[in-house]
Amino acid sequence: MEDVRLIEVKEDIMADNIKVANGVRKRLRDKKTMLLNLMSSPGSGKTSLILRTVEGLKDSVRLGVIEADIDSKVDAEKVAAQGIPAIQLRTGGFCHLDATMVTQGIDALAANDLDLLIIENVGNLVCPAEFDTGAHKNVMILSVPEGDDKPLKYPLMFSICDVLLVNKIDYLSLSDFDMAAMRKRVLSLNPKIKIIEISCKTGAGIGDWIAWLKKEVDTFRRG
Amino acid sequence: MHELPITESILNVVITYAEKNNVKKVMAINLRVGRLSDLEDEWIQRYFDYLSKGTVAEGAKLNIERTPIKLQCNSCATTYEVEISNMSETNCPGCGKNDSKMISGREYYIKDMEVQ
Ligand SMILES: Nc1nc2c(ncn2[C@@H]2O[C@H](COP(=O)(O)OP(=O)(O)O)[C@@H](O)[C@H]2O)c(=O)[nH]1
Ligand SMILES: [Mg+2]
Ligand SMILES: [Zn+2]
Repeated sequence: MEDVRLIEVKEDIMADNIKVANGVRKRLRDKKTMLLNLMSSPGSGKTSLILRTVEGLKDSVRLGVIEADIDSKVDAEKVAAQGIPAIQLRTGGFCHLDATMVTQGIDALAANDLDLLIIENVGNLVCPAEFDTGAHKNVMILSVPEGDDKPLKYPLMFSICDVLLVNKIDYLSLSDFDMAAMRKRVLSLNPKIKIIEISCKTGAGIGDWIAWLKKEVDTFRRG
Repeated sequence: MHELPITESILNVVITYAEKNNVKKVMAINLRVGRLSDLEDEWIQRYFDYLSKGTVAEGAKLNIERTPIKLQCNSCATTYEVEISNMSETNCPGCGKNDSKMISGREYYIKDMEVQ
């Protein structure tokens, strides 16, 4: 038997992805395109929010969408029907997007001059939180039917996001969702997060979201 | 849930180091993974066994050490450990405030490997 020896490795497994993500951020910063990564569980309202956002910003912001929904091409088609450049990524059943996959989406849309590029990430509150996509802003949706205890189960997602959109507030009167308790949990994980209550159905709160986003895009564009 | 891409990354790093160091066989790989990660140790090993077939790392055992979630208070700099389940409800034991940053618990790190 040969002797067993020990080789030091000391490598971060995420290092490659972080490097690609930093490259994406820099490249889009130079092009003055703000990249926004939208995350949530399946069915929380990502596609609905994107359609609302298109409606609210179409006249003032040049917008594109990278779709990563694993099910079908339906989402990208819904967005493209609004006259917005959209690309459907084939994520092949992956549970998240990494920065290399995002790069493919950016390349596919490179012919367009965009102010804002929105990624609809794969529906899941766990994996997307662990992989940097290269986005300048991370936004998540929690919908009322999912319950106010989600920050307890998925703390990482809540701690990495710049904005939390609480969607489907039209259901509030029908549920025991405790908004104050949810806010307290989220703010203690992430004191800097901005929380906006919305309904993609009734349009409530959408104005606040659009105002926040418009301001961020304008600031980004000015450099 | 993303054991597969993580396992691929581990294998790539391991093979690179094995080639650099004239390794004949990798016996074990020692990893440090943060508790916040959702990875299942058993699945990483199974994917690894599958992906490493025919490579220098075939048959290697993955030893996964789980590092605790550690927070540092933004007010008084006390560091303290929390569990996933009470992360959003734990105040700083030093000053009682609830404003902290995470200093460990998210890592995916290959420490070293045992080779022949
Ligand atoms: N009642 C109600 N339903 C909504 C709201 N937002 C989205 N939905 C519905 O929730 C379902 C899932 O929405 P979708 O945008 O496809 O979610 P995604 O999987 O995150 O993209 C659809 O049937 C939407 O019409 C809302 O604010 N209120
Ligand atoms: Mg969708
Ligand atoms: Zn303190």
